[in-house]
Amino acid sequence: MQKTDSSDIQKELKTAWSEAPSLEGSREAYLLHLADNSLILSHRNSEWCGHGPVLEQDIALTNISLDLIGQARNFYQYAASLIGNTDEDQLAGMRPERAFKNLLLVEQPNGDWGQTVLRQYLFSQYQYLLFEQLQQHADQQLAAICAKALKEIKYHLRWSSEWVIRLGDGTAESNERMKNAVEELWRYTGEMFMPAAYEQEAQVDIVLLKDAWNKKVASVFEAAALSVPGDCFMQSGGKTGVHTEYMGYILTELQYMQRAYPGCEW
Amino acid sequence: MPVQDFEQVFQDKIDGEIKIEPKDWMPDAYRKTNLRQISQHAHSEVVGMLPEGNWVTRAPSLKRKAILLAKIQDEAGHGLYLYSAAETLGMSRDEMIGDLHSGKAKYSSIFNYPALTWADMGAIGWLVDGAAILNQVMLCRTSYGPYARAMVRICKEESFHQRQGFESLLVLSKGTDEQKAMCQDAINRWWWPSLMMFGPKDSESTNSDQSMKWKIKRKSNDELRQQFVDMIAQQIKVLGMKLPDEALQWNEQRGHYDFGAINWDEFWAVVKGNGPCNKQRLEARRKAHEQGAWVREAAMAYAAKTAQKKAAAAMQAGALEMA
Repeated sequence: MQKTDSSDIQKELKTAWSEAPSLEGSREAYLLHLADNSLILSHRNSEWCGHGPVLEQDIALTNISLDLIGQARNFYQYAASLIGNTDEDQLAGMRPERAFKNLLLVEQPNGDWGQTVLRQYLFSQYQYLLFEQLQQHADQQLAAICAKALKEIKYHLRWSSEWVIRLGDGTAESNERMKNAVEELWRYTGEMFMPAAYEQEAQVDIVLLKDAWNKKVASVFEAAALSVPGDCFMQSGGKTGVHTEYMGYILTELQYMQRAYPGCEW
Repeated sequence: MPVQDFEQVFQDKIDGEIKIEPKDWMPDAYRKTNLRQISQHAHSEVVGMLPEGNWVTRAPSLKRKAILLAKIQDEAGHGLYLYSAAETLGMSRDEMIGDLHSGKAKYSSIFNYPALTWADMGAIGWLVDGAAILNQVMLCRTSYGPYARAMVRICKEESFHQRQGFESLLVLSKGTDEQKAMCQDAINRWWWPSLMMFGPKDSESTNSDQSMKWKIKRKSNDELRQQFVDMIAQQIKVLGMKLPDEALQWNEQRGHYDFGAINWDEFWAVVKGNGPCNKQRLEARRKAHEQGAWVREAAMAYAAKTAQKKAAAAMQAGALEMA
C-alpha cells in the first residue's frame, strides 16, 4: 500500500488550486466564459443521446450538442493559445468547479423534454443576439468564431422555438409541463444580463441585448400560449464560478478520464 | 394467374438478379423473413446506441466526445433508414417498436454486453462494427430493393466507424502501460461475442437455406465468420495486441486462420435474455418511449391544430374570392 503523508497532500492541494488560472478581467476569462457555456450545455444535451422521445429528435438534439462542442473547442483553443502551456482538454478537463464561468441556466438538469427544449431556446435566443454583436468585435479571432457559430445557432433557435411553441400549444398536459419548465428556469435568465467584470471589457451592449431578448421571448411565448413571468428574483453566480450543486456532478463525469489518467493522449 | 406461376415469376426475378420491390408479388414467407430481419436490424441500431451512450458524458477528450456523438447519431440515422425499409413491407414503425418492447422482436445480442472502459468504444468500433460490416456488405446485394439500397448508405458510414474504432485503439496501444492494458482487456472481452454475431454454425442455422435461395443472404454464417477472423487476425498485428484464443493459427492448407471453439451455451443464454445487460437495455428503450409519449401526443395535436387553421384560412380566402 502506498503511504501518503500530510506534506504530500499539501503539495497535491497546491497543484490542484494552481491549475485554476485566475484570469478575471481578462480576455481569456471572457473566452472561457463563452467556452464553458457551450461545453456545459452540450454536455447536458448529450445526456439525452439514445434516450430521446422519438428517433428524429434524438438526432436533432445530438446535432445541437455537436455544434456546441465545436464552439467550445474553438473558444478553448483560442484561450489556450493566449494562456499558453495548456490546451482545450486541460481547460475543459482539469479546471476545478469554481473556475468554470458558465451561466447557471446551462447546468440545470434536463428535466423532461419540455424543460430541455426551453433551456435550449432561452439560451439560443441569448446566444444568437450576443454573437450578432460579437461577430463585429475588434478581436478578429473572437469575431470569426462567433460568425461561424451564428450559422448553427440560427438552426438551434428555429428548432428550439418551434418545440416551445409546439409543446406550449399542444395538449393540456404539454402546456402544463411547459408552464412548469418556465417556472423552473426563468430565475436563471436574469444572469445573462448581469455583466461580470470580464464582460464589461468585451464591450457588449447589454441593454440592447436585454431588450431584444425580452421582445423575442415574449413573442415566442405568446405563440406558445405561455405567459412571461413578472419581475422575480434572479439567481446569479455562474459567471464568477459560484454554481448550483449540479455543477460538481457534471464535472465529475466530464473530467473523469482527464483526472484518472492525467497527461495521456486519447 | 395461379400462385405457382406468381412464385415462378418471383423466383425468376431473383435468379436474374432483378430486385424485388414493395409492390411486387412475393411469397408470404419472403415478406415475413425480410420484415423480421430488417426490423431486427433497425432495433439493433437503436439499442446499439446505448452501450456507446454510456461513455458520451465521460469521453476522455472533446475531440473523442464529438466523434462518439457523431457515431451514435449515425446509428440513429441507420435505424431510421431501416425502419423505413421495413415499413414498405406493411408494418408501421410503432408496431415494430411495440414488438421490440414486448420482447417479441429481437436485436443483436452483442449489445447485451456492458461497455466498461473507454477502450470498449474502440473495441466496439473495430470488432463489432467490423463484424457488422461483413454482413452488411453482403446485404448491399440482397434481393429486396429497399433493404439493399438502405445498406449501401449504411455501409459507407459503417466502414468509417470501423476505422475510427481501430484508430482509437491504436492511440491506446501506443500510450501508457495503463492504456495498453485497457486496450487488451477490451479486446479480450469483445472478441468472442463478436464472433457470435454471425449467428449459429451453418449446421444449426434454421433459416439459412431458404434465405440463400431467395438471395436475402449470399454467404453462410460460417463463411462470414471465417472472413472476419482472417481480417482481424491480420489487423491486430498493427496494434501489437493479442486475440484471446490460443488455438488461433494460420492454416496454410486452407488458406485461412484456424480458431478455437465458440461457447455456444453463452450465445444461447444471451439470446434467451440472460446476457449481462438484456434487462437494462430493454428497460432503457421502454423508458425513453414511455416518457416521450406526451411529447409525441403534443406534436400530433399541434400539427392537427395548425392544419385546421390553415384549412380555415384557405376556406375564408376562397369565400372572399367568390364574393
